[in-house]
Amino acid sequence: MKTAFLADLHANREAVESVLAHARAQGAQRWVLLGDFVGYGADPGWVVDQVRALVQTGALAVMGNHDEAVVRGAAPGMRPDARYVVEWTRAQLDATQIDFLASLPMLQRHADQLYVHANAWAPTGWAYILGRSEAVKSLGATDCRYTFCGHVHEPRLYHLSAAGKAGDFVPTPGVAIPVPPHRQWLVIPGSAGQPRDGNPAACYAMLDEAEGTLTFHRVPYDHESAGFKIRAANLPQRLAARLEDGH
Amino acid sequence: MDSKLYSRTLGYTGQGGEDAPSTLAPGRVIDRFELQQKLHLGGMAHLWQVVEVNHQGDSRLPLIMKVPRIKGGEDPATIVGFEVEQMILPMLAGRHVPKFIAKGDFTRQPYIVMERIEGASLRPRLDEAPLALDEVIEIGSRVATALHELHRQHLVHLDVKPSNIMFREDGTAVLVDFGLSRHDHLPDLLDEEFSLPMGTGPYMSPEQVQFVRNDPRSDLFALGVMLYHFTTGERPFGQPETVRGLRRRLYVDPVPPRSLRPDCPPWLQEVILRCLEVKPERRYQSAAQLALDLQDPSQVALTRRAEKLQRSGALKTFKRWFFALGAEPAHDRANIVEQLDRSPIIMAAVDLDHATTELLQQLRETVRRIVLTEPGARLACVSVMRITRIGMDDLVDADGRSRHVKQLVGLKHWARPISKALNLEEGRLTFHVLEASDVAGALIEFAQRNQIDHVVMGARGSSTLRRLLGSVSSQVVAQADCTVTVVRAAGPSNEGRDIARAAVAPPPACTTAPPPTAAV
Repeated sequence: MKTAFLADLHANREAVESVLAHARAQGAQRWVLLGDFVGYGADPGWVVDQVRALVQTGALAVMGNHDEAVVRGAAPGMRPDARYVVEWTRAQLDATQIDFLASLPMLQRHADQLYVHANAWAPTGWAYILGRSEAVKSLGATDCRYTFCGHVHEPRLYHLSAAGKAGDFVPTPGVAIPVPPHRQWLVIPGSAGQPRDGNPAACYAMLDEAEGTLTFHRVPYDHESAGFKIRAANLPQRLAARLEDGH
Repeated sequence: MDSKLYSRTLGYTGQGGEDAPSTLAPGRVIDRFELQQKLHLGGMAHLWQVVEVNHQGDSRLPLIMKVPRIKGGEDPATIVGFEVEQMILPMLAGRHVPKFIAKGDFTRQPYIVMERIEGASLRPRLDEAPLALDEVIEIGSRVATALHELHRQHLVHLDVKPSNIMFREDGTAVLVDFGLSRHDHLPDLLDEEFSLPMGTGPYMSPEQVQFVRNDPRSDLFALGVMLYHFTTGERPFGQPETVRGLRRRLYVDPVPPRSLRPDCPPWLQEVILRCLEVKPERRYQSAAQLALDLQDPSQVALTRRAEKLQRSGALKTFKRWFFALGAEPAHDRANIVEQLDRSPIIMAAVDLDHATTELLQQLRETVRRIVLTEPGARLACVSVMRITRIGMDDLVDADGRSRHVKQLVGLKHWARPISKALNLEEGRLTFHVLEASDVAGALIEFAQRNQIDHVVMGARGSSTLRRLLGSVSSQVVAQADCTVTVVRAAGPSNEGRDIARAAVAPPPACTTAPPPTAAV
């Protein structure tokens, strides 16, 4: 069984289409969608519909902070351009789409795998996993062997031994990494819709349970069209530029 | 015995303790492998001869199963080395590693099944050191070739020592035991695991002592320790048992081999001491570059290292000690293969006897451009001296000068503008005259044996010759396993005229196609 993990899709239709096609070609049979389906990009409706269609056929999805903001309205402390995007996004979505986002759980569990947008210790607090100490804190908050999360847009793999030794790793795309269950693993696939590690190609990860391996992938996509739509929708211009340079 | 003090942090030399599960016995079947006979009772793992039940897969290979010793109540960290090997071995391929067959995970019965390499490791030969120099050189060159192949596969071994080196029947060196290794594409489970340097005391490179685990040149240091030991019968840095003892190699240089073994030639001392340089950037930059020197000693550039007959004086040692205090190794973000990519070996195949002046010039210009792009590149200029198959050639011409020397002189003359323009310091430019009846075959073999990264050669200028002899370059392009660039002289092509002539008297079909002109 191969499971594809997508995080931080951010209303980027071109990226999501390319990732879904790539993952299907790689034999993905299950889908896990790790939140932040909207925000930043110009195609929130299309992305939410895709996620909803996948969930209807068995995919598991969790809520991200951007999804929450669109459901509840922008938080009072939000920066003006972020607030603008939230309000713009809300106006693009119909009631069914908003209801779907509102129905998303914070956490999902499947066998010994935990799915959450930001971290396992306080999913609604939206604190980032920026290094080993946060990764260990999150792994300590669950008895699952595998945690998959997003929120951080750069792909990372953290591991924790039974003796409490933690390590982190910047994955090489396309290489199958053995992830044996006697360790705990925290997987950040990287952002599908807004990569920030200097490489504009979309990120996702694939778990092959039969082989016991995890593979991070990078999928080039038409970021110029995605950026053009952002500009055309009069969303903040820097959101288009960052798709092109991947920062 | 090799000192395993620092491996002990991994539990490699744990004493006593019960095996768990303790039911391993001949006849037991684990997954699809039947245990036959215990071959080796190691400190870290047991080795069993096994056969594959039902003969699935590649069952013709003799197989061994490596099973870690897990001792009750111990820190699980003791088995991290085994876990590392389980991750890494399946990633490796080729003749220089045992073929991986299967593994069992830690939730049931951990094991690795791999190809059994027959024979003993190099370990017993240590007791016979000093060895004959020819043998030392042969060992060095074979092991360096194997290391380069592993480095190309994104791996640093980090525990190169005689007990981890075996040989296939054809002499191919095989590295075993990847429990301390680092693979660029896998998480380094050992990185944060232990607070002591990891490696085997006598062989550990200075940067390993300082916790650097991603530099392929660390393996060249360990190989240098081995070569020193096989040459002199002594260890260059002793067998330190403390971290302080290990750090001594940062500032105390080894006694020069020639003062321990007078018949050690200066060039071999040069090679060994260069491997043992404290700073990786002063060593060979790739194992292939080391192998090239070991295979062609006449081309080793001798420096002060070759002449030294005693270790540095107290003042210099004190200075080095002072600067080594608290010094951190230069942090290099480059990964293993990037380090190799910066140090390619370029081979220029020069046909002095047949190529036109224009072609030789064009070849030189192309080579210059390629070498220019990589400051770590090494250039090997090669020409082939054709001899007849039965070896009846008169190697001395009328003037009494060896044709061989003449070729060498011609080659150096050809390369002079490159060495001047690029200011290639010693050792970066070497010359090789091969003697063979099959020119293309000799070039291909040289490229393969020396793990050349890029061959640059001229297309045979005259179509008549090409028709007569076949195209050397097209054969090299087709059969060499590295990049090949075929150079043509600029200027109007005479190909049309040749084709017209060919139409009158059709040559054999295989020689009408012009050789490829693009890099492949």
